Amino acid sequence: MPLLTRTFIKTALVYFMLALLLGILLSLHVSNSLFPVYIHLLVFGWLTQLIFGVVYWMFPKYSNQLPRGREALSWFTYGTLNIGLILRAIAEPLQASQASNLFGVLLVLSAILQWLSGVAFVANTWQRVKEK
Amino acid sequence: MPRLSVWFIRCSFIYLFLGFTLGGIILANKGYPFAPWVWSLLPAHMEFLLLGWMVQLTMGVAFWILPRFRSGPPRGNIDLVWSAFVILNTGIVMVAVQPFISMTWLTQTGRILETISVLLFVFALWQRVKAIEV
Repeated sequence: MPLLTRTFIKTALVYFMLALLLGILLSLHVSNSLFPVYIHLLVFGWLTQLIFGVVYWMFPKYSNQLPRGREALSWFTYGTLNIGLILRAIAEPLQASQASNLFGVLLVLSAILQWLSGVAFVANTWQRVKEK
Repeated sequence: MPRLSVWFIRCSFIYLFLGFTLGGIILANKGYPFAPWVWSLLPAHMEFLLLGWMVQLTMGVAFWILPRFRSGPPRGNIDLVWSAFVILNTGIVMVAVQPFISMTWLTQTGRILETISVLLFVFALWQRVKAIEV
């Protein structure tokens, strides 16, 4: 299993644990503004990130020279996904409880980073989805 | 990878892009509210990412990778799975556009189509979930 896949999957497992812990807090009615963070830790941090890691590992080769496409682009996917998600997890509840320009900027930055992670993943994987 | 899996998986990538784009707009609108109508994108965002991206990717990979039959068509009834592909995507689009054209029946019909699609898929692949030597 390549290093990038191990990094994707282990990070996804950390988000999985964090999401479930947050679910416990939500069940105790700590803060309803954490619900969007809980959902995105699960479906983005855990499921989508796990899929990205496994796809990078197991999909058909791009070419003999670059079997998994451009590795740097996949590290870019990893970085933008996680920085974007962490920014969101911090700024979204704060913006909901005490809106400010700083939190607004962080949310816009988070939106751009998360979007870029998806674009980079699709760009690097599209050609690996091919008939035998 | 069979052609049908290529269609499933590439379509799932398109929905991933669309879902991320809508999600990015919704999140940016939380940071700097610029249009109240942005919230009407939420059903499409969820539909694209849950059904369009995750479910469809799973279906494409399952059709590709589950054990094949030794006799007859190796991946079973392909026509049935092609039907599931078309019906699923019709359903997703119907659910996603409903908030913009105010026809409530679209959501119900779309959900019914998605369910029919999954039933066809399960029916077509059920026998492929088996021990390799069987």
